[in-house]
Amino acid sequence: MIRLPDPKPEVLARREEIVSALRRAVPGEGGVISEPLRLKPYETDGLSAYRQPPLAVALPASTEEVAAVLRVCHSIGVRVVPRGAGTSLSGGALPLEDAVVVGLMRMNRVLEVDFDDRLAVVEAGVTNLAITREVEGEGFFYAPDPSSQLACMIGGNVNMNSGGAHCLKYGVTANNLLGLKAVTVEGEVFEVGGKHLDAAGYDWLGLLTGSEGQLAVITEVTVRILRGPEGARAMLAAFKSNEIAGQAVDAIIGSGIIPVALEFMDRPAIHACEAFANAGYPLDAEAMLIIEVEGSVAEQDMLLGRIKEICERFDPISLKVAETAEQSLAIWKGRKGAFGAVGRISPDYLCMDGTIPTGELPHVLRRIGEMSAEYGLQVANIFHAGDGNLHPLIMFDANDPTSFGKAEAFGADILKLCVEVGGCLTGEHGVGVEKRDLMGVQFTAGELGIQRAVKSAFDPGWLLNPAKVFPLEGNAALGPAPASVPHPAAA
Amino acid sequence: MSGATVAPASEEELAEAVADAARNGQPLTVEGNGTKRAMLRPVQAARTLSTRNLTGITLYKPQELILSARAGTPLPEIEAALAERGQHIIAEPPEPGPLFGAREPATLGGVVATNLSGPRRISAGAMRDHVMGIRAVTGTGEVFRNGGRVLKNVTGLDLCKLLSGSHGTLGVLTEVTLKVLPAPERSATVALRVLDLPAGVRALSAGLGSPYGVSGAALVPDDGGRGPLALLRIEDFAESVAYRAGRLRDELAGMGEASLVADVDESRGLWRRVRDAEPLGAEPGDAVWRVSVRPTAGPAVARAVRAAGLARLLFDWGGGLVWIAGPPTAEAHAAVVAAARTEGGAFTLFRAPDSLRAAVSVLPEEPGPLAAIVRRVKAALDPAGVLNPGRMRAGA
Ligand SMILES: Cc1cc2nc3c(=O)[nH]c(=O)nc-3n(C[C@H](O)[C@H](O)[C@H](O)COP(=O)(O)OP(=O)(O)OC[C@H]3O[C@@H](n4cnc5c(N)ncnc54)[C@H](O)[C@@H]3O)c2cc1C
Repeated sequence: MIRLPDPKPEVLARREEIVSALRRAVPGEGGVISEPLRLKPYETDGLSAYRQPPLAVALPASTEEVAAVLRVCHSIGVRVVPRGAGTSLSGGALPLEDAVVVGLMRMNRVLEVDFDDRLAVVEAGVTNLAITREVEGEGFFYAPDPSSQLACMIGGNVNMNSGGAHCLKYGVTANNLLGLKAVTVEGEVFEVGGKHLDAAGYDWLGLLTGSEGQLAVITEVTVRILRGPEGARAMLAAFKSNEIAGQAVDAIIGSGIIPVALEFMDRPAIHACEAFANAGYPLDAEAMLIIEVEGSVAEQDMLLGRIKEICERFDPISLKVAETAEQSLAIWKGRKGAFGAVGRISPDYLCMDGTIPTGELPHVLRRIGEMSAEYGLQVANIFHAGDGNLHPLIMFDANDPTSFGKAEAFGADILKLCVEVGGCLTGEHGVGVEKRDLMGVQFTAGELGIQRAVKSAFDPGWLLNPAKVFPLEGNAALGPAPASVPHPAAA
Repeated sequence: MSGATVAPASEEELAEAVADAARNGQPLTVEGNGTKRAMLRPVQAARTLSTRNLTGITLYKPQELILSARAGTPLPEIEAALAERGQHIIAEPPEPGPLFGAREPATLGGVVATNLSGPRRISAGAMRDHVMGIRAVTGTGEVFRNGGRVLKNVTGLDLCKLLSGSHGTLGVLTEVTLKVLPAPERSATVALRVLDLPAGVRALSAGLGSPYGVSGAALVPDDGGRGPLALLRIEDFAESVAYRAGRLRDELAGMGEASLVADVDESRGLWRRVRDAEPLGAEPGDAVWRVSVRPTAGPAVARAVRAAGLARLLFDWGGGLVWIAGPPTAEAHAAVVAAARTEGGAFTLFRAPDSLRAAVSVLPEEPGPLAAIVRRVKAALDPAGVLNPGRMRAGA
């Protein structure tokens, strides 16, 4: 279990006073939540094994109100946990007992759309998909497309630097931003970037992106919007082993083709998705690729033809090139439902998120298979093959008190393996609480010290989303004594 | 300003040299080959620390789209290694020769530390977008890594971005890992003779708003006395380029007199000149500014600086990057700064004689509430203030 810092008794003791001050900062109906029952929906995020109701929830409706909330918290020394939709898979939005959750969901207005300058200015609580919905009438879209895009919010995307199935071509969140409006821990509003590219000076925009709520609370985001391609089509290629599928991926990229998406599923993932979606996936395959290309119909034909030719060199079990948009959707259907599919086999699972050098895939999958046997836990692997981002889904049984601990240990072993082969702990889900204590596997104490110093420069008192990202050890700001959230199953 | 130069042959020696400088409170000018010495402000330091002896590609995995090299590696060496495998540096950084009169090539570290990107910035990202990992030395001589050697990585704070474009003031880069991509097989350019600058930017916006994947969008204000010329580039496989460039030309034909540069060498040559700002026509004694604004504000910037007598201009990035050249005077600088501010953008005094660049702000001020944070970040990474003092801002 992951340890959380001790609550500050002096903050808990002043709860009433803090809540009234918050109500003055966010006046009006629905601005502040403090009744225990109504705090429940905020006690966890996408890493639902961890639960902790906060001291209170503030739901500001404007940047000014966010600033007012932060001034209240700062003046009393209250910890703050920023929150978007709460879909973080790493426990990034997990509350602390003595913290105020600052939820951005009421800040959900699209403020400006400009097709000539190809940008949109939106509040932090606008969902990822809502941006695309706003501009698709003109043929535009917002490129990063996490699978959670219906729910997750742009402020959360910025703070996690989220990716998606199409980031091989279009990049992750960081590559699609122009500017931010944000509030410092002291409650001062500032802007970085703007409506132009590459603001001169230090790249605060780049530093704030992926900072997991450690540096500031983001209230507005200026994103780039792109004109969509003429069309897109997918194909499916199934192979006899992970090695062979990996070689096919290398050969495709080596030929100079960068598909918009290049997804890899191993045998357990294929079976889970097929049982769920009836997408027509080959059940005799060890590994399967979904490859998508874009352009006019003739260009799609040309690219898919070349990719098919390459795949044919690797003794495929089956190759299926979509002829129509419907067939494309059918190919994607299984993959898009992967989480639900695994959820049907096992209601409880952990979604891991390491990245590896793509050449290490066969070795890493072999090791994961061995560990799966050692731990006695099933795992299905979904992989953004073009960029090396691996998502093992570890299945466990929350009713078995030992199962969750085993799943966590298995996950940690996978992530250590990712680092060992030259990769990293997290490709797109963030460190959060989940991988916090593994940071020492990837970074030296000195390297972490430098990152901590940058955090301290923004947040000297460590009030912003503390106990996430950085190990607690040696961190005076987070108090010495251990405390932990009991896992419901273990309690 | 140059004084004695040390050019350590290893990261360890370089770290020692920085640690020494910090202990003795001796500021250092940090550079690679020094090709961009004339950029931003002159550094106040008696000694120079160069990365030029830290050379060599340390890792290249074409199938993984990853290349690492020591910071002092000359860019042409990297380009050549990539070209052998049909790949390239995505952000298309300009060469320092035409812009700075440098005879030596730029180094990888220098290009990353200045975050210099060329025309492909508009479609494929800036230099900093492709920095996947760094090794660097802090102002106290501590070696650290950030990022890694994989394409997707959100582990911890992204100091790769913070150090890219920090002009050597927060750390000395010793090694950089880049994302690279296959170099497009073909390039073609649609050229459009337009009535005036706003019409030119409208054409660029239309092209960038088309589904044809425009990868460069520039505007030459006066093409040999024949008025403004808008340029739109398509890069991809031969079949795609032929198809899309044709479609683009047809769709933009109503916006000006359209022609197609289908010859790949001619098209590439054209964009090399745009990349190196040759159509700007900067005179040797000129100051050169770069102003970045929202693309549709480009013409307004042009009007404002022309009114102040700055006539030499070039637009890239769909109209949003305005190159300006003219007399290196405080008045000219003030006009550029005012134009950038009015349009809500940013300016860089890119190149100027010491007298001007030492006297003015060469970059916009940091946003007010960040001032204390900036000081603390600098103090965290370079507490003794020995790395390129004064390079970005006076007294910092
Ligand atoms: C089914 C499912 C599928 C997913 N698929 C993907 C995927 O394909 N790719 C991917 O990258 N991720 C994916 N995720 C993870 C998650 O959706 C992303 O991390 C997302 O960006 C989180 O957004 P959110 O609004 O839910 O943020 P939250 O979970 O509320 O918060 C995320 C983090 O950001 C901080 N934060 C949120 N808003 C702000 C703000 N305004 N200012 C400062 N800090 C803030 C929080 O403190 C927290 O640390 C998936 C999650 C689920 C449940």
